[in-house]
Amino acid sequence: MTDATLSFEEAMEKYDPVLGFEVHVELNTKTKMFSSAPNVFGDEPNTNVNEVDLGMPGVLPVVNKTAIESSIKIGLALNCKIAETCRFARKNYFYPDTPKNFQTSQYDEPIAYDGYLDIELSDGTVFRVEIERAHMEEDAGKLTHMGGAAGRIQGADYSLVDYNRSGVPLVEIVTKPIEGAGSRAPELAKAYVAAVREIVKNLGVSDAKMERGNVRCDANVSLRPHGRERFGIRSETKNVNSLRAVEHAVRYEIQRHAAVLESGQPVIQETRHWHEDTRSTTSGRPKSDADDYRYFPEPDLVPIVASREWVEELRATLPEPPAARRKRLQADWGYSDLEFRDVVNAGVMDEIEETIAAGATATVARKWWMGEIVGRAKNADVDPGQLGVAPATIVELNQMVEDGKINNKMASEVLDGVLAGEGTPAEIVEKRGLAVVSDDGPLLEAIDAVLAAQPGVADKIRAGKLQAIGAIVGGVMKATRGQADAGRVKELILERLGVEG
Amino acid sequence: MTETTPELFRLSAAALAEKLAAREVTAVEVTQAHLDRIAAVDGKVHAFLHVNAEEALAVAAEVDAIRAAGGAAAEELHVLAGVPIAVKDLIVTIGQPTTAGSKILEGWHSPYDATVVERLRAAKMPILGKTNLDEFAMGSSTEHSAFGPTHNPWDLDRIPGGSGGGSAAAVAAFEAPLALGTDTGGSIRQPGAVTGTVGVKPTYGGVSRYGAIAMASSLDQIGPVSRTVLDSALLHQVIGGHDPRDSTSLPDPLEDLVAAARTGNVEGMKIGIIKELHGEGYQAGVENRFNEALELLKGAGAEIVEVSCPNFKYALGAYYLIMPSEASSNLAKFDGVRFGLRVLPEEGPLTIERVMGATRAAGFGDEVKRRIILGTYALSAGYYDAYYGSAQKVRTLIQRDFDAAFAQADVLISPTAPTTAFKLGEKLNDPLAMYLNDVATIPANMAGVPGLSLPGGLADEDGLPVGVQLLAPARQDARLYRVGAVLESLLEAQWGGPLLDKAPSLTAPSLNDTVASHGGSH
Repeated sequence: MTDATLSFEEAMEKYDPVLGFEVHVELNTKTKMFSSAPNVFGDEPNTNVNEVDLGMPGVLPVVNKTAIESSIKIGLALNCKIAETCRFARKNYFYPDTPKNFQTSQYDEPIAYDGYLDIELSDGTVFRVEIERAHMEEDAGKLTHMGGAAGRIQGADYSLVDYNRSGVPLVEIVTKPIEGAGSRAPELAKAYVAAVREIVKNLGVSDAKMERGNVRCDANVSLRPHGRERFGIRSETKNVNSLRAVEHAVRYEIQRHAAVLESGQPVIQETRHWHEDTRSTTSGRPKSDADDYRYFPEPDLVPIVASREWVEELRATLPEPPAARRKRLQADWGYSDLEFRDVVNAGVMDEIEETIAAGATATVARKWWMGEIVGRAKNADVDPGQLGVAPATIVELNQMVEDGKINNKMASEVLDGVLAGEGTPAEIVEKRGLAVVSDDGPLLEAIDAVLAAQPGVADKIRAGKLQAIGAIVGGVMKATRGQADAGRVKELILERLGVEG
Repeated sequence: MTETTPELFRLSAAALAEKLAAREVTAVEVTQAHLDRIAAVDGKVHAFLHVNAEEALAVAAEVDAIRAAGGAAAEELHVLAGVPIAVKDLIVTIGQPTTAGSKILEGWHSPYDATVVERLRAAKMPILGKTNLDEFAMGSSTEHSAFGPTHNPWDLDRIPGGSGGGSAAAVAAFEAPLALGTDTGGSIRQPGAVTGTVGVKPTYGGVSRYGAIAMASSLDQIGPVSRTVLDSALLHQVIGGHDPRDSTSLPDPLEDLVAAARTGNVEGMKIGIIKELHGEGYQAGVENRFNEALELLKGAGAEIVEVSCPNFKYALGAYYLIMPSEASSNLAKFDGVRFGLRVLPEEGPLTIERVMGATRAAGFGDEVKRRIILGTYALSAGYYDAYYGSAQKVRTLIQRDFDAAFAQADVLISPTAPTTAFKLGEKLNDPLAMYLNDVATIPANMAGVPGLSLPGGLADEDGLPVGVQLLAPARQDARLYRVGAVLESLLEAQWGGPLLDKAPSLTAPSLNDTVASHGGSH
């Protein structure tokens, strides 16, 4: 069953959206939050675990100091205050992915609180998102529901649990309600999550790969009629795991809420599941503010004390803030304001930086990412960085063009081959028989044929109207199915007609 | 006087250690003597849930081999190497089952050793087996064990105290010279009192809790159980000290507790009687022995002062909020998913929630369920502040009472328990009466201070052991041994030997034999 939606424009006409985000960041510490087991996800199930992660009788947690350092760094990068002392609490609930049947998490004493992040939108507008808190917690294991419908626990025949992820350190970043975004809400949502991802990546505290769940976003959306102060009832869309999906999910929920409100019904406070295939959400479990997790301070851990000296030491290690970094990169790369903003909005700044690091010039890197890859990513409905183009591939392709082995059109075809998994650029050129025709014989044959077919154009060129040469070059390229080097063709035409270039 | 060789199992750990070091006996002989004693009497006492004969003898043989070979390895043997020990079945051990006295863990083997067990192994102390306890250490009589009650060696119809009745009875019945216990509200000290043995709850954080199945994390402590004060000090020295796997473990280096026990002295010491922990509600025989102990200490040069701890009267109530709250969370992991018992619901769908429910319904006993329900309620939204929150405030007040009391006295003294051992079954259906047994021991857990119980004699009215409790400031465990050793020697001089010399032999036919069997509850 699909929910009714209103058009986004109509929704915006009638309602004012309020957003809120909970972004979970998996830290890339060597060991887990509370145990010495390796923090490596994706290995053989239940191998990166010890008795602590499995919640065996008698075990006790020990806090990972590096995880605390990483959390403080995140807090500082989000302009937060860092608590001088803070505690962990137990969040009690029974679920088989949580071995102790409670999650050890910070509750009313987060390590970082009261911060903000300035988000630059596509037109350069800066929007300040207030951060309520960033707190530490442990991840749960991963459940796989077998049989039944749609991989959900309801109706499954049985479920498998992998505790490798159990106890992986997480930092949950919670915003205050975000008001006043209006129709920019979906864009802001995407830009905010992108900014958080950029921060944790630059800090080096997380692998920051959304497709691997290193950064996960829960998006809260509510609507209220224009002019009303009180918030509407919110929905929480869980685990929206790409930047595009964040934008789409917020947009969809705004449209869905609007339709519910228009029909005179109240919005149900619940979690929603995002479906990338249908670009819509479905109802999860009802969630009320009164969910009783029976929180109480974790008695097995002593309070964490973050001395001011330690915090300042960590502050001194922070990399340059994103805004400063952008300024530096734009200057280094020599992009115009517009060019650079397009790069940022397309979400390929990091990719261009990596491509330049791999040996490309700034111009070449931008040409490939903006000219070739962003469009393909849009068609494939993924973030450009997730398309699977390695910086080295771009460098290799560009080198082939510069060496005159292939032309730009061929290079684009080779890129398609790379994305289709046909091999390296060199292998694809070989397999597909792509090579610039460099033997002048066949070219001259083609030139003569085209000149003969268009004598008027030939006369114009002889008369010195060199811009007319394009028609002949185009004809030759067509005749050679694009395999000619256009520069060489031009030279030969002029030679043939006895004109100085 | 004629030279007699006392039965090996009647010797203290210190005496055994001396004989082993002098190579007068072998560790295998010592261990076998205790295994034989277990075989002879445990049918009546039921102190053990599991006997670990093979491994214990292997460890003993290893000690003997090292000692026989001589050299550096023999020199480096721990003083207690080859002295056997029993371990409360709340503490996990590789190679033996750990049940916590519960059906929910029946047959479970831990894949890891508790830190204290690692330390016993490093000292090469043969582990005789695992001792009985109230299920998950919840009780004061060991009657809440899912595997039947333990019987008090002084009177097999009576409770051995709890929760660590198994460890105390094993030591009192000469089945082991030493045992490990755990003390959350008195589970080491109260069994010590009612069995005429010594038990110590160290300062919170003084002994690693890693591998002790948690009841109430902020109150639990592992500690020694023995027949003499010196033996407790020797064992405390083995198990104590910092453990990086327990975040609440104190970083301080351990004091020389053995030296404190050997050089006991109370001259010039101020010993404080806690006004609120004697008198009304305390059995006359308990009160009498307590007063005599005070006289002896005074005679040895101590100054007896009276201190008041007005908030102690709230301790029991606050304890019964904090303990069940923490327990309700600590026991959530027993759900049939990863280890232990799994029970499928008899009818209806097999959802995970229903399997967890059926497992817990079948696996936990009544007292455990009672405390889980109490704790779940106390932590619930809307009640948290009134219950858990208030109880934490009481805890702070109790700590302040102790601070004030220790400003006036070096150690505090009280009866360990208000009564001597009651009859099996007597209070089983009256949880409140059962809980009142811990009224004098609970304050120490609430404040994290150390406490020691030692035998104070026999009550006039029933001839059963009475315990005297000593309390010291946090990290001052040595004071307990210093004072305890003095009181012990003064009392033994009065009795003409250890109190346990007066206990029934258990092997001679007696009236008790006809009624003593731990049947009926299996």
